[in-house]
Amino acid sequence: MIATRRSTLALRALALVYVLGLLAVPILVILYRTFEPGVGAFFDSIRTPAAIAALNLSLLIVAIVVPLNVVFGIVTAIALARWRVPGRGVVQAVVDLPFAVSPIVVGVSLIMLWGSSGWFGGLEASTGVKVIFGLPGMVIATIFVTLPFIVREVEPVLHEIGTEQEQAASTLGASGWQTFWRITLPAIRWGLTYGLVLTVARALGEFGAVIMVSSGFPGVSQTLTLLVHSRYIDDHNTYGAYAAATLLMGLAVATLLLMTLLDRKRSAR
Amino acid sequence: MTATTHRHDDVRALTSPVATTAGAPPAGEGHRPRRVPTRALGVGVVGLWLSVIVLLPLAALTVASLEEGLAGFWDAVTAPAALGALRTTLLVSVVVALVNAVMGTLIAWVLVRDEFPGQRIVNALIDLPFALPTIVASIVLLSLYGPNSPVGVQLNATRWGLVVALAFVTLPFVVRSVQPVLIELDREVEEAAASLGASNATTFRRVVLPTLAPAIISGAGLAFARAVGEYGSVVLIGGNIPRETQVVSQYIQQQIEIDRPVNAAAVSVALLSISFLTLFVLRLWGGRAQRREERAS
Amino acid sequence: MNTHRFTLAAVAVSAAMVMSACGGGGASDTVGDSAAAEAPAGAEGGTVNLFAYAVPKVGYDKLIPAFQASEAGKGVQFQQSYGASGDQSRKVEAGAEADFVNFSVEPDITRLVDAGLVDAAWNANEHRGIPFGSVVTIVVREGNPKGIKDWDDLLESGVEVVTPNPFSSGSAKWNLLAPYAAKSNGGVDQEAGLNYISSLVGDHVKIQPKSGREATEAFLQGTGDVLLSYENEALFIERKGEPVEHVTPPQTFKIENPTAVISKGAGVKAATAFNEFLYTPEAQRLWAEAGFRPVDATVAQEFAADFPQPEKLWTITDLGGWKQVDSTLFKKDVGAIAKIYDAATE
Repeated sequence: MIATRRSTLALRALALVYVLGLLAVPILVILYRTFEPGVGAFFDSIRTPAAIAALNLSLLIVAIVVPLNVVFGIVTAIALARWRVPGRGVVQAVVDLPFAVSPIVVGVSLIMLWGSSGWFGGLEASTGVKVIFGLPGMVIATIFVTLPFIVREVEPVLHEIGTEQEQAASTLGASGWQTFWRITLPAIRWGLTYGLVLTVARALGEFGAVIMVSSGFPGVSQTLTLLVHSRYIDDHNTYGAYAAATLLMGLAVATLLLMTLLDRKRSAR
Repeated sequence: MTATTHRHDDVRALTSPVATTAGAPPAGEGHRPRRVPTRALGVGVVGLWLSVIVLLPLAALTVASLEEGLAGFWDAVTAPAALGALRTTLLVSVVVALVNAVMGTLIAWVLVRDEFPGQRIVNALIDLPFALPTIVASIVLLSLYGPNSPVGVQLNATRWGLVVALAFVTLPFVVRSVQPVLIELDREVEEAAASLGASNATTFRRVVLPTLAPAIISGAGLAFARAVGEYGSVVLIGGNIPRETQVVSQYIQQQIEIDRPVNAAAVSVALLSISFLTLFVLRLWGGRAQRREERAS
Repeated sequence: MNTHRFTLAAVAVSAAMVMSACGGGGASDTVGDSAAAEAPAGAEGGTVNLFAYAVPKVGYDKLIPAFQASEAGKGVQFQQSYGASGDQSRKVEAGAEADFVNFSVEPDITRLVDAGLVDAAWNANEHRGIPFGSVVTIVVREGNPKGIKDWDDLLESGVEVVTPNPFSSGSAKWNLLAPYAAKSNGGVDQEAGLNYISSLVGDHVKIQPKSGREATEAFLQGTGDVLLSYENEALFIERKGEPVEHVTPPQTFKIENPTAVISKGAGVKAATAFNEFLYTPEAQRLWAEAGFRPVDATVAQEFAADFPQPEKLWTITDLGGWKQVDSTLFKKDVGAIAKIYDAATE
């Protein structure tokens, strides 16, 4: 296609106006509103006991969800790519399911399963462990929504690198575990890291599923996302909501940078 | 350890064209020490994990939705307010999918075919909605288009507000879907068309678009599937007005809050079906398009 | 970058995250408070998990510190949760850990009595378990542009009324009972009362916020011409400087908000002490200052100027008590008002 100068500029302008207008401008507005009363006000707002507790809880959930997803994600990816598991198509579909489920539906399903009148409702009565309205519920909800990421990033890499190196290692006498640790793992590390970053981003940002299964106590069972919502709706604390949102945005941008860097690394292989 | 003893069946399993049940050592292999086959254990663990986390909750949901029988399920899904929420959601999601199809392609085009300072930043910015928590997106859009709007545009509690919020969170889908195809696109055919006298519009319509179509449709379909289930980004800006701006996820939440869990479960199953159907159709279409391309090339 | 350095980097990042997470946290969301200033949870006094309906936080912000300063409340920590009365009650019934509950309407407490969580004698004291209350009032935009004075004005064409969803909100029930009682002359002429509600809900109510607070939010964000709410909520937003005023019609309804203690809660002792504290003159004065009508007669006298007495104040007893009202008017699918609401959303 012959691109005239005018058409190029027109398309460029249109695209930029859309992207900047939709993404950049609203974010700039929030940043302005957050920092206009001064950086000090921002830091004070995110250092209230409830905010610190919310940050701690969000990070705690990430700290539990990530290792679980790494372990099970890698095993699932290996099962799909290396082992001829019967019903691979079904497993693929199940792994992709969380992408199709609305966060509210996640919450409702977990209540149906783990709630006091649910299938596993007796668990609380017998062991005293509260799933819904307790930390386990929030963790399970977060695992649900972050389940696909690591699998989907590691599986293609496993396909790509092939089994030659692993076979060679085996014939040279390496055990399954040694092969995994010294051949497979380094080979998948960039895909794994990318998937890990996506998992962290999603876990920190989960809102809909968590709001259904959390008891919502400030300082105890509020994640950062719940804090933003509660400050805006319950406390009528608009500035506080902006500040907490800005904190989350900072984490999101850091994640985005990591994603961009890692993307280059893994496409470079 | 048991390294040397078991390298045989590892290699055999890896290279065997007909792998038997994963993990079981090939029959007739002489005596071997008793050991739980790692592979079977691994598969079992994966199966258990996926079941407990994903399958069981959804199964419990489906069973709960049928607690009042098929009639109860049908009544819950066809309740006027539920239908209203479905109508609103589908309408807004289709609009957003179309907007994305057009603008997403345009943006991908500009990012691939054009060159300007700051392009890499814009490219990275596209992924922001993926990384940003949905509630942050909601409050960000509310600050610009809500009651205290600095530009005087007030979209909260309107359907356009919903469209803007959903366009925000689904922006990357079409762009990222089309970009790789555009990069791979062979410009020779376009140049040939141009040299034969075809206008830009014709070239685009008959050479470029058909190649991009599967990617655009796939991206738009993903955007649609995401939009129908969206909650966090619309919760603050939408206004939750029944039949006007209440989306299905909000309706479901309301049913839980007014203590009608069976209704909530039924409408949830309906919503899931819509998403599954969309993704299923996309997969079929994508498979067909791929086969067509393979035949053509 | 070999595996070792990679692992090291991963560990460093996780360690950083964990260490930052070890900073103290607490329940207070007020700027300037530090977690260190709060006594650690599990200290001598114990913790009270408070579940309340949507609007009384402004009251508890005064009462909790006062209680903690008192002998009985020394060292007691509070976790507070606010939300739509019905929804909060449902959560507690479903297992959310609670010690002290304060709902908008009595049926939300009765639900917990039936579930065995609250002692049946919860309302045996002289004030029947109700430490404070309010009245139903009509909130309008500053200057009262539509000239709303009474219930009939709400039925004028073009007036949009904001009131919450009665299936999740206690506030909504009070809001509907007020005009119902006025029009039906205390439940005597049921048809007249229901006709009014039917017109109101069918033609003038467009949105269904889930709680009294969300209704206030929607109204402040520009929806509707009129908000039906508690007098204490009207006072709250007026004192915050919002451009609104409130008009209490000549006939309105007495709002009574009950409190109770969860008998199986871990903090039952502290919760019971707190519950009793709410009736003391000091606490009653604090409720009055926060905009709630106190039940203590002497304190009510002191604050008479803040709380004008309407011409006719209907009470739930006039209508036969909550059990009667709930089953005939609000019960899912069969209650008269429930049916009006279901029909209106069709």
